[in-house]
Order: sequence, then C-alpha cells, then structure tokens
Amino acid sequence: MLAKDMNTVYNDTKSIISAKDVSVFYGEKRALKSVSLDIPENQITALIGPSGCGKSTFLRCLNRMNDTIENCRVEGNITVDGQDIYAPHVDEVLLRARVGMVFQKANPFPKSIYDNVAYAPRIHGLAKNKDELDDIVLASLEKAGLLDEVKDLLNESGTGLSGGQQQRLCIARALAVQPDIILMDEPCSALDPIATAKVEELIEELRKNYTIIIVTHSMQQAARISQKTAFFHLGEIVEIGETEQLFTSPNDKRTQGYITGRFG
Amino acid sequence: MTDTQELKEKVSWVTDDAMEKLARRHRSERRFKRLGLSAIVIALVMLATLLVSIIGRGYTAFIQTTITLDVTFSEAIIDPKGARDHKTLKAASYRTLIREALRKEFPDVSTRKDLRALFGLISKGAVQEFRDLVISDPDLIGTTSSVELTASDDIDMFSKGYISRNVSEEDRRVKDIEIKWFDQLQSNNAIQTVFNKRFFTGGDSREPEVAGIMGALVGSLYTLLITFIISFPIGLMSAIYLEEFAPKNKITVLIEVNINNLAAVPSIVYGLLGVALFLNVAHMPRSAPLVGGLTLALMTLPTIIIAARASIRAVPDSIRNAALALGASKQQSVFHHVLPLSMPGILTGTIIGLSQALGETAPLLMIGMVAFIVDIPGGVTDPATVLPVQIFLWADSPERAFVEKTSGAIIVLLGFLVFMNAIAVLLRKKFERRW
Repeated sequence: MLAKDMNTVYNDTKSIISAKDVSVFYGEKRALKSVSLDIPENQITALIGPSGCGKSTFLRCLNRMNDTIENCRVEGNITVDGQDIYAPHVDEVLLRARVGMVFQKANPFPKSIYDNVAYAPRIHGLAKNKDELDDIVLASLEKAGLLDEVKDLLNESGTGLSGGQQQRLCIARALAVQPDIILMDEPCSALDPIATAKVEELIEELRKNYTIIIVTHSMQQAARISQKTAFFHLGEIVEIGETEQLFTSPNDKRTQGYITGRFG
Repeated sequence: MTDTQELKEKVSWVTDDAMEKLARRHRSERRFKRLGLSAIVIALVMLATLLVSIIGRGYTAFIQTTITLDVTFSEAIIDPKGARDHKTLKAASYRTLIREALRKEFPDVSTRKDLRALFGLISKGAVQEFRDLVISDPDLIGTTSSVELTASDDIDMFSKGYISRNVSEEDRRVKDIEIKWFDQLQSNNAIQTVFNKRFFTGGDSREPEVAGIMGALVGSLYTLLITFIISFPIGLMSAIYLEEFAPKNKITVLIEVNINNLAAVPSIVYGLLGVALFLNVAHMPRSAPLVGGLTLALMTLPTIIIAARASIRAVPDSIRNAALALGASKQQSVFHHVLPLSMPGILTGTIIGLSQALGETAPLLMIGMVAFIVDIPGGVTDPATVLPVQIFLWADSPERAFVEKTSGAIIVLLGFLVFMNAIAVLLRKKFERRW
C-alpha cells in the first residue's frame, strides 16, 4: 500500500525499474518478503536500513547477481524498461551489461588500469579497433573523474591505486559497458571521508545520464545525494519516499527510530 | 556501573600468582621456540648427512680412469684388402689391436693366465670406442698413435682408492701382478683420470665402467612428458568444473571424497591397474614410457586436482563478481580472471605431482620398465627404464663399481628434481600478481 502511495507521488517521472512482490529465499530462509519498489529514471535512489534487512539482496536481484548464489530463489516480478528480467528468454549476461554494478569493496582486476576498463568493451565487442577502445577507456575514466590522476599510469596495476581511486576505477569499469542503470552496494563504506566525498560528487555527476540505485549505511550520505529513499527493515520495505520528506517527517515509527539512530 | 567497578577491583596484575602465570606463559613460549628450532636443525643435519654421503660416494662416478697406450693401427688386421668400406671397418677385430699394444707395453708377460689378466686391464667396452674412433677417421690405419682407453672397472676402482693395497691378495680383486703393471703404467704417465662423458651419454651396460644413465634419463623424460600431457589437462579441467560449475550435491561430494582417497592409494596399486588396463586390455607395448606415463598419470591426477581446486578456491569471490557484473559469462570469468590468478598454485601442484612421478619406482616395476635396456629409447613406445628404476637395478648389481654409479645416478635424479622445483618457483614468480 505504501507502494501505491508512491505511485501517486511519482507518476510524473517515468520509472525504469519496477519490482512487484519480490521475495528472495536463501534455502528455507526468506530474506525478502514481497517487496515492491519503483525506481525513477535518472535519479538516485537510496536503499537504507539496518544490517541484514535485505537491501543488498534486493539490489542484487536487479542484475540477477543472486543467480550466482547456491540455493537462492527469487519470486515475484521485476521489470526493467517494461521487460521481465526473470523471463526465461532473458540472458543475464546482456542484462548485466545494461545494469552495471559497483561493489562494497573495490575489486579491480589485478591487471593494468587500462585493461581493467577495457575488459568489458573487449568481451562485448564494443570497440572495432584499438583507437575506439582507447576512446572508450579514456572517456570512461574521464566520466569517473579519474583520468587526470591516472593518465600517466594507464599501464600500472589497478590494485596499486588508493582505496578511493580503486573504487572510482571500478565505477569507470562499469561505465565502459555503457549501462543505463548502475547499482552501488555501499560503495563508500571502506573509504575515508575525503575519498567518500569524491565518490559522492561523482555519483551526483553521473545522475544526469544514469539511473543510480545505492545501498548505504550512512544516512547522511543518503540524505546528501539521493532523490528517493526506501527504508528496509527485516526483509520488508517500511517506507518509501522523497528523500527530504523521509528524513524530515517519516510516516512510520520504525523509520523515525532508525534515522534518529535509536536502532540499527 | 557498579558491576564494572567491582570487576575492575578483582583484577590485579601484580600478585605473585599472576606473575607466576605470566612467567609460565613465557617459559612455554621459549620452550616451543626451542623445540621448533631443534626440529629445523635436526632436519637440516639429516639433509646434510644425506647429501654428503651421496655426493661423497657418488662424485667418483663422474670421473673415469683411462690407460693411454701406443696402438699400431695395423692395416693387416683392420682392413687387409684395403677396401675402407664401412662393413669391413665395423667387423674388424679391434680387440687384437689392443692386445698387441698391451703385449708391446709388457713384453715379458708370457703365460696364458697372466696374459688374460693383462688384457683385463682394459675395459671390454673400450673395443667399441676404438672401433668408433677408426670408423670416424680411417686415415689412422697404418699409423701408430697413443690412444686413451677406458680401464676396466677393477682397475678404475683401484685407481680411485676403493681397493686397498694392504688387503691380502686372496681377498683382493686386483692381484699383485696387476698392481705391478698399474704402477708401471702410472710411472709412464699412462694412467689418467678424465671426466666420465660416457656416464651421461651412454645407456646401461653390464660393464660398470661403460654404463651410463642417458637411457634412463631419456626414459624418465618421455615418461614424464606422457604423464604431464595426460594428467595436466584432465586434472585442470576436472578441478575447474568441480570448483566453478558443478552443483554442490551428494554426487559431487562423493566425487570429492573419492579424489581425496585416490591421492592416498599406494602407488603399486596404480601399477597393477596399469598392467590390467594398459597391457592386458589395451595391449600397449610392455616396458614402454607410454604405459609408464599413463600409469603415473593416474597416480598424479588426484594430486593435481586437489592442488588446482585449492588454488582456484583461493581466488576471492570479488573477482568473479566483478567479471560477472560486467556481463562476462561464467566461462569468461573463469578463463579470463580466475584461472590466471590461480595458475601459480596450479603449476606448483602440478610440478609437485610430477616430481612424485619422477621418483616413483613401484608402479613401473609392475609394467615391466625394470628390464635391462642398453639402447637409448627413441620414442615413447620403445622399451625404456627410468632413473629411479635404474638406481634400483644398479644398487642390486654385485660389482663394486656400481656402488658409485648408483650414487652418481642418485645425484643426477636429485639434480633433475631440483631443476623441476626451480622451474616451479620461476613459474610462480612469473605468474604471481599483487592484489
């Protein structure tokens, strides 16, 4: 019913992802209970909630990364651009090319910076020749705000960068596939405040061209960068709302308790 | 608050009891360190003893006593018709030439028995060398020149000091008269010790002074090659499939348990399997490196699979996730990322498995690689033997001279192993990546 409320609020923006009654089971354990959520296009949607509330699980449903987990079963309906992504004819490889993902811990490949970014265009055949590949790599690094720092180090190992640079490298790597949607699973949790600020700045910059869904433990971060926030608790969505409204006047007591730091 | 206060008062770090406890902890730590250190020292001493005894006994296998004689290459004996064709040269009686030379050197030896002893100074294998010399250079015929001839094993042993002059004549393999001749030759500077090239280039022989390890070395190489070709791809593929693709269910658990058990099966059992499967069913040639390699491959497979699985599992999941999230297929994520990262471990495991196979004797005895084979094998289906079996054969031989050959062959085998391990280290260094 909260979702219905949301629809009335957000019917002016087009939603690119729409999840209906999504339940996720790890074996017998039910990690998500009939979650419904619409993600508006070209906005930043923040998923907040205490640890183990299912927000990362939900995020991983959106590019079917849960498929890689043994015993994981997804029920319900998720559409991206009106297409059911769990339909049998949908290839998760193509889906993941459209829906990029950035992980909690920066995980660059132990290869050169160039190869890190060039990997996805190579396997998807996005570049016809070396020049085009160079263009994609440089443009992706540029978009990730990393180009100035690494343009002389393109052949150095990606793992030699600092934590924040590594995370931005991972974002650049995701951008190189030219996705429409980027999922971010607590991208700043391992970073210091300065690196966090840089990544946040980058995320806001990316909003112009991409739809971003970010899982975060930091309420300040959600408040700073997102337009829409969903509060998860015990596998359910408790409240969805415009970020400002949700943080200033939450409808639900549990939301209020969480954002004021009384639990979580 | 009061609770923690009380708790605080209870703990005192300076009571005698606490100090005693602390001292006990330190004592225990020191004791453990000393024990560990002594374990290392014992291991090193044992290794040193092993190396010193083997090298001390075996280094003389690499040198060989020769006797230099003035030999007249008499045309009447070698090639009376003057044809100079290969067949004649090959069939000529070179032994007569050597005997003539010895007679000339010691003109006063006349009795049949003494003459036999005199001819025994020179190795029977020297005739072969002599023939090769003449065939390669027929212009020698008709001339007289000094030729280095391999001494017989007894003279060789005597020259190297393994047979003592002080032992009474009945108990000595080299008799007094032979010692007299030896001393005479030595005073003429005719006795030399040279590098024993034949040990590295020759095949096995009944005569210790001409026996070489080349046959066994080549046999070992062919066998290992077959083992590697069979076990590496199969082991690697099994490991990748089991670790990355196979569903985790009862069947895969059963397979895993069985692989672990197979790694512990005594090697002779693999030998029996080899006989039953490759010889009796498939009718492959006996004593061949092909069968030896296949049998050893069976033995090496579990080692490779276990090592490969362990190093594939050690690759962090974040790398797999990173590749999958970019739209790589499972196979791409494995072959582009997981495999290169786990390669150092896989190669190390493979080389450990191959080292094991290199030193293995028992299964090869079962499939007949224990035969006495003089020829150096030219392919994987030729009869051959391998280094450890050669060591086993020589260790079993009664001649005194085979003792040093045995140790010499062990040195070569150890050298081979060190070489393989060095390759393992180099490969690991080359493929290793920093995280």
